Parts: sequence; structure tokens; C-alpha cells
Amino acid sequence: MKQPGLWRFHGGLKLDARTARATGDQIGTIPVPPQLVLPLSQHVGQPAEPIVVPGERVLCGQPIARPSGYVGAKVHASSSGTVVEIANHPVPHPSGLAAPCIVIETDGLDERWTGYEPLSDYAALTGPELRARVRAAGVVGLGGAAFPTAVKLGAGSGLKLLILNGAECEPYICCDELLLRERAAEVLAGAQILLQALAIPRCVIAIENDKPLALEALELAIARAADPRLEVVSVPAVYPEGGERQLIKVLTGEEVPARGLPPDIGYLCHNVGTAAAVARAVLQGEPLISRIVTVTGDGVAGPRNVDVRLGTPISALVQACGGYTGEAAHLLMGGAMMGFPLADDSLPVIKGTNCIVVASREEIRPRAPVMPCIRCGECAEVCPAQLLPQQLYWHARSDDLEPLDDYHLFDCIECGCCDLACPSQIPLTQYFRYAKTELWARQHDRVRSDLARERFEARRDRLEAEQAARKQRLEEKARAADEARGDEQARKAMIDAALERVQARRDAGASGPPGKDE
Amino acid sequence: MRFELTRPPHLRPARSVTRVMGEVLLALVPATIAWVWFFGPGILYNMAVATLVAVACEAGALRLRDRALHPHLADLSAVVTAVLLAFCLPPLTPWWITATGAAFAILFAKQLYGGLGYNPFNPAMAGYVVLLISFPEQLTRWPWPQAGLGEITPVALGAWETLRFTLTGALPAGVSWDALSGATPLDDLRTRLSLAATVEQVRAGPLYGLVGGRGWEWIALWTGVGGLYLLWRRVIRWQIPLAVIAGLCLPATLAWLLAPATFPPPTFHLFSGAALLCAFFIATDPVSAATSPAGRLVYGFGIGALIFIIRSWGGYPDGVAFAVLLLNMAVPAIDHFTRPRTYGHAG
Repeated sequence: MKQPGLWRFHGGLKLDARTARATGDQIGTIPVPPQLVLPLSQHVGQPAEPIVVPGERVLCGQPIARPSGYVGAKVHASSSGTVVEIANHPVPHPSGLAAPCIVIETDGLDERWTGYEPLSDYAALTGPELRARVRAAGVVGLGGAAFPTAVKLGAGSGLKLLILNGAECEPYICCDELLLRERAAEVLAGAQILLQALAIPRCVIAIENDKPLALEALELAIARAADPRLEVVSVPAVYPEGGERQLIKVLTGEEVPARGLPPDIGYLCHNVGTAAAVARAVLQGEPLISRIVTVTGDGVAGPRNVDVRLGTPISALVQACGGYTGEAAHLLMGGAMMGFPLADDSLPVIKGTNCIVVASREEIRPRAPVMPCIRCGECAEVCPAQLLPQQLYWHARSDDLEPLDDYHLFDCIECGCCDLACPSQIPLTQYFRYAKTELWARQHDRVRSDLARERFEARRDRLEAEQAARKQRLEEKARAADEARGDEQARKAMIDAALERVQARRDAGASGPPGKDE
Repeated sequence: MRFELTRPPHLRPARSVTRVMGEVLLALVPATIAWVWFFGPGILYNMAVATLVAVACEAGALRLRDRALHPHLADLSAVVTAVLLAFCLPPLTPWWITATGAAFAILFAKQLYGGLGYNPFNPAMAGYVVLLISFPEQLTRWPWPQAGLGEITPVALGAWETLRFTLTGALPAGVSWDALSGATPLDDLRTRLSLAATVEQVRAGPLYGLVGGRGWEWIALWTGVGGLYLLWRRVIRWQIPLAVIAGLCLPATLAWLLAPATFPPPTFHLFSGAALLCAFFIATDPVSAATSPAGRLVYGFGIGALIFIIRSWGGYPDGVAFAVLLLNMAVPAIDHFTRPRTYGHAG
């Protein structure tokens, strides 16, 4: 392990990892359940469009929905069977709402679809070709955010460093740790593919220093791979180090600009699990149909990590881990800091599901009365974005949302550190989420009202212009008429003058010959 | 199976307001013992009176404001205010003076502004300043420290006599204030410097100890130890204490180096009066202090410098209360100008 100089990110918390009980066993597998529920939106971006119809038989790994926009991801059948329904079902999402899903009744044959050719000799392939395969395989970020990986691979050229994020910092989650312990070679293969796809010269794999076994496995695999571009770095275990921006700061000392992305400063971050999925997609032609999930907490009898098919109900997953204990009281998807609560265990495992916590009442913070802010400033001390949470809270609470942008509300990563540090038990993160949503809504309204105003003004201007044009036309007409009237008089005058001349000639007719008038 | 919903983050917070305030009270225990050792049990009576009145006023105000008594009274903030006020009062203070101060601190300086978290001024200091202006004589009458003062053989009141004085304001028969009390070292120094004595001559007197006032220096030391405990427990952060000490010691050192005859050394400043109490316990009251790390340095330094200025040239022997209240007023401006740089934003 090479240990270059590391930097620190501001604030953060040292948290009890709570991973010991789930890391004792190897990654387990569970049987394919009789029914799979695959939401069309398991990723950041537009929901996918179904390309199968109810009644159709599908094979394991067959595409069943295609991306409807650039930021999107394919969905594949995670086992063979029959599509029985495409309808709204409850999905794991903080909103708790239902969303369109494809439901497959499995046939137990697990018959493979072989539409994607293994590309074991990928060295001959170009970046766009590799990207196309990653996109075809429906790979998204497996660290929890589920951002389509192929979109990230369109980051452009001239990147200096690929960072593989194995700094799993949130309590309970240990699926990446197990992945690195057991499948380090696959992660490294993924890293090499990603390096090739974007012509990046170097890759650093970051692991928190409380995972010695994973570190050891990875070092061994690197020695075997004998690739000088790959390097492991052990980073101190501080939450939220797994945050992309925090990790980049720790590894490079540089900060990603507030409105920018890591590629803007030459870095690209991927989760280690994503790298492994990329390797399988390219080398074996295997789309993303399963993932490793940590199942843990006091409420589950046999905590462990399981490689599970997407669409498997959480209840089946927990059953496979020994079932519930009497203490099961809360169900969380994700870790102890940013994970969201689920009301029901019939919800499916999706691409972003890294951890399922079945918590007892004692593990979870009790509802405590919220006390007034005493301005102790601990929230600012622990904030990894260097914000002033108490000032944000002050404005958010009084619904005075305008100054919040000035206090950089949108730089809040909702890590929850301030919440945990607050002696007054103020749900700060919740206030910030509310304020963000509200500001977005207002922004949306403002855009709409601006549009309406612009349209109104355009119409008014048009009407005024038309009126002005009409007026001008009328005036011109009038002037023309006037001029015409003027002509009339002139003609009259000419006629009169002519008549006079005629009269004069007639009068003088006797004295001279006609026609010789001057 | 259905589950109860909770909100993230799901871990238990490590601290509560009650615990923070409790730690402050705990950290004051060594200094309290030192007080009793040198000045008798008077401070304990003052603490009792102040606490009773402060808690009663807090409860009454909460009732009037229609707030629940339970979490708000149990936060111990009123007790901390009362105890800090008692630390500023002479050990022999009649109960009504203490009660007036405590009532003003809670009702006017705290609850009228909206209770805990909303008071712009340090309540204990506001209460103390009201007393200092209203009862100047009683508040500057300090008994001799019981610390072997050489030729002065002070009369000390026992626990019972002190209690009777606290309750009635009457000294035992045959005991006069002259025999009982003298000036505090800070007071004594300023008076005698104005009579053209040098610092060296003044400090040769029996009131003075190794670095500060006799007895006082030990109280200051134990206050500092309590302060270090708070730092260790992360109840307070280092910026304010360090800045108060620097703000006091830097100008004091400069003045002392330039004119050692008329300015005492910085260690004297530090170990006399309420300088360390201010640095660790008063200026660090989070509600009325600046909040950003840089702001706290400015705030603390301002307080320290003002203490030095008031002690050297002001009309009061110790300047802690005024220094704190003046900087309290500056807090919104300080906070406005010392916002930290957010991640990913240019400095």
C-alpha cells in the first residue's frame, strides 16, 4: 500500500461502524423468489419505457425496459419467467409513493438470455464502444445514488485520476467491504476497463482504515494484476468520507467547485461495486440483474451480506437471513445516517439498495422534544460542506427562504452530521430538505410566472404595435385624402385658369386666328 | 409486515442541552470549593438564593408564555445563569440583592427576549450589571480572604452568622464592616496606583500572593482547571477562551513592558478578578456569543482587550461584565463578517 500525503475534509463524525456482525460470513446467495417486481425508475433520471407486454415470456438478463432519455438506464429481467403485469406498485423511495413496475412471475429455470457478447478482449475497443456496452447493461452507481454509469463515462477527455470509492463510511453498510474481500480481482478488472474507456492514466482505490481484510485482499489482487496504474490508499474512517466531494478533498486536497462536477477538475469517481458491475457487463456480457446487499440490525436473526436478484421482496431477503427477531421495529433502506425508513417489507430490492437495516427500538434515536437552538455552533463544526447549519435553520424555520441561497443551502449534502451533533435535537436535515424543495418549487413557479409575464407583455406589445400601425395607416390615408383634396383644388384652379384663358381667347377671337394662342 | 417510520439520521445524538449545562455546573465545582475555602460559605447561600429565584422566575415566565415546563425547566440553563451570577457577588450579600439580580437576569435578559436561545445578552452579566449600578456599595464590599494575610487578622463570619446576614442583612453584634472587609486586590491596586504608588510597592502588601491576589489566584486556578475540563469534554471550543486570554494579556504585556511601575504584569491580570471565569464560563455562553470559529476569536479578543481597558482606565475595578455585554451587542456584526468559506466556493 502506498500512502501518499492525505488531506482532511472539514468536520465529519467518527461513528461506530456497526458492521462487525454482518462481516463474519461470506457473501451469501438466496433462491430466486416466485415473483419479481422491477420498478421502471431505479436510477437518477427519466423512468425507463417498458419494451415487453404482459403475458410475454422473458429470459434471465433480457432487457425489459429501455431508457427514455439520455440520463436513464435499461432494466433487465433478473430471472426467467412471464411478465404478468405492468402497473403501479409501492417502490422504495423516501416519498413512499407507488410507481410503474414490471412484475415477473418466475419459472424457476433461470434460463439465460445471451444477447450481449462477452467482450473479453476489450483492449481493442474504443471508449464509445465500451460506454455503449455499459449503457446496454443498465449499470448505475451502486453506492446508493444510482446515477447512470454510462452518462458519467461521457465525462470527456483529459481526466487525470479515476477514484474508486470503497470508503464505505456509513454505519451498518458493509457490502463494498465484502465485495473487496471476495471479488477484488473483479473490481480491478472494472477499474482497468474504466481507465481504458476514458484514457485515464491512473486509478486510486480508497478504503477506510477500519477494513483491514478488504485492504489486504485488494493489495494481493493488485500485486497479481501487476498494473502500475492501480493503487490502493487507506483513508481514515470519518463519516461522510464516502461522499464524492469529501473523498476527493481527502485524496487530492482539491475541492470540486460548488456548481461543478469532479471531471471539471480532472477526477472521476465510481463506487467499487459499480466497477465490478462494469467488469461483468463487459467481460461476461452480464447486465445488472443482481447486487450485494447488507442485511443487518438487531431485528434480523442472521445479519450478513447477500448477492440478491433485483426485484426480490425485502421480506424474502430477510427470510433468507434467518427472519425477524422479536425486536424488529424499524426498517431502513441504506445506512444509519442517510437511509430512509420503509413502512412495509413487501417492497423490492432495487439497483440502489446497498443495505437493509431491521432495527430494534434501542438502535434508533427516540423521538425527543425539540429544544430551542442555543447557538453552540457544533453543527458548523461538524459540517463537511462548511455551512452554518444554525443560520440556515434560523431562516428555514421562519420561512424566510430568500437568504438561504446566500448561505449556500444547495451545497448541503444532507449527510445528517449537524442533526447528530445538535444538543437541542433539532431535525436540521429535515428543515434543509424542506427548504430546498420549497425553493425549487418557488423557482419553478417563478419560471412559470416569468413565462406568463413575458407572454402577456409580448401580447400587449403586439397589440400596441398593431394599434400603432393601424393608426399610422389611417393617418396616411387621411393625408393621402388631404393631398388628393389639394389636387382637386389645383385641378379646379387649372380648369378655371383654362376656362379663363378660353374665355379670354374667345374674347380676343375676333382679332387673331385660333390655335395660335401663347 | 409493517414498520414504524422514523426520520434520518437514525443514530442517537450524543449530547443534550441538559447535559451541556450539567457539565458546566460540574466544571464549576472545584472553583466553588476554593471559594468556600477562602471566603466562607457565603457563595453557597448566594447560589441557593439565586437558583431558587431564577428557577421560580423561569417557571412563572414559561407559564405566562404557555410553554411546557418539562423540557424547558429541565434544561438547567436557569441554574447555570444563577450560579454564574452568584460567582460574581460578594460572599456577604443580602438575599434581596441576589434575588433582584437573578430575577432581572431571567425575566428581563432572557424570557422577555423569548427564553433560551433568543437572548442577545448574557443573562448573568445583565443581572450583575443591574446590581452593580443599583447597589454599588454592597457589591464592592468583599471580606478578607482567609489566607494568612500577615499583619491583618481578619474577622471571619461562621456558617451560621453568614446565613443570618444573607437572610437579614444584619452583621452580628460587635462586628463592623471595617474589621470584616477590605478592597479586592484589583480595587486596592487601582486606588493606590492613583495615589502614586508603584505596582511593586502595592504588590508587596499582604493582599497579594504569588501572581495575583492572595486566595484569588487559587480560585482563578481552579476555575481554569474547570475550564480545561469543559474543553476536554468538548462542551466549549478553544477559540473564545484563548482569544479572551490573548486579548487581555497582549495589551497588558505591552503596557507592562513599557511602564512596569504603573501596569501590573499580565499574569496578575489573569489570576485576579473574574478573568478566567470570563474566559471559560461567561464569554463561552453560546447563546450570546459569536458562532463561527473566526468570529469567536474576534469576539473573545474584544472582550479580553476591553477587560484590560476598563481595569486600567475605567471607573470600575473589574470590567468583565461590561466587556461581555458590549461584545454581545457586536455579535450580529461579527457573525456577518466572519462566515466560513463553504466547500467548493472561492474564498
